[in-house]
Amino acid sequence: MAAYELKPETWVDQYADYLFNYAVARVSDAEIAKDLVQETFFAGLNSAKNYKGDAAERTWLIAILKRKVIDHYRKINSKKGKAEVRINYNANADSEGDWLEEQVADPFSKDGDNTLENEELGLAIQECISKLPKKQSLVFNMKTIQGMSTEDICNELGINPSNLWVMIHRARTALMGCLNQNWY
Amino acid sequence: MKISCEEASNICNKSQYKEAGGWEILKLRLHIIMCKACAKFTKENTMLTSLCDRAGLNVLSESDKDEMRKDLKKHLQ
Repeated sequence: MAAYELKPETWVDQYADYLFNYAVARVSDAEIAKDLVQETFFAGLNSAKNYKGDAAERTWLIAILKRKVIDHYRKINSKKGKAEVRINYNANADSEGDWLEEQVADPFSKDGDNTLENEELGLAIQECISKLPKKQSLVFNMKTIQGMSTEDICNELGINPSNLWVMIHRARTALMGCLNQNWY
Repeated sequence: MKISCEEASNICNKSQYKEAGGWEILKLRLHIIMCKACAKFTKENTMLTSLCDRAGLNVLSESDKDEMRKDLKKHLQ
């Protein structure tokens, strides 16, 4: 039994961003994606006893999330009473002007291959980030992905700039090594 | 004009976030000409930045994660 044990207390730290990226790519809405990740964690808890240990925790959670994404599309389609999948890239964007032009300008529709590869790349990077020590991944995320200024991060975490750059340096070095193994 | 490898990597990291000054970048460039290790580091580091940009990464904010942790904990009991 012990060999197959899940560790739900570590889920948010280890998998939240990974699952979130996966979900955002599919529902194109951060709020909905967040809810789906949350639902995935709950569903994971509820069916934890079915976890046989034949897949990694991450793979298992992704499988649940896939179902949640499908359910989500089913729900919004049945609400509309429509049989087809609703595709709406700019659901929340302030749309003014020509509808067609806005659709064409959508960067995601340029070429499918690239989008897919970039998503895989994103997941590979996210996997590498989750292997970093907590503090390093936190600083790296704030700086690189959220694009916060050095000063803001230092204030929020109560560290000084040279601490920050040391952590950034360690994180980046580890990520380069990890991506060299997993991506190229 | 001469800088140590440590300083070079520091400037390189800063330049990934556009926080290195012009003078610093000049010093880094000169250092790279002479130092293979730092040249490799700079190349890979720049690559990492472009990969991260290309991937268009998304993360949840810490407050969102805190909420998730709390909800999960409640659910666990």
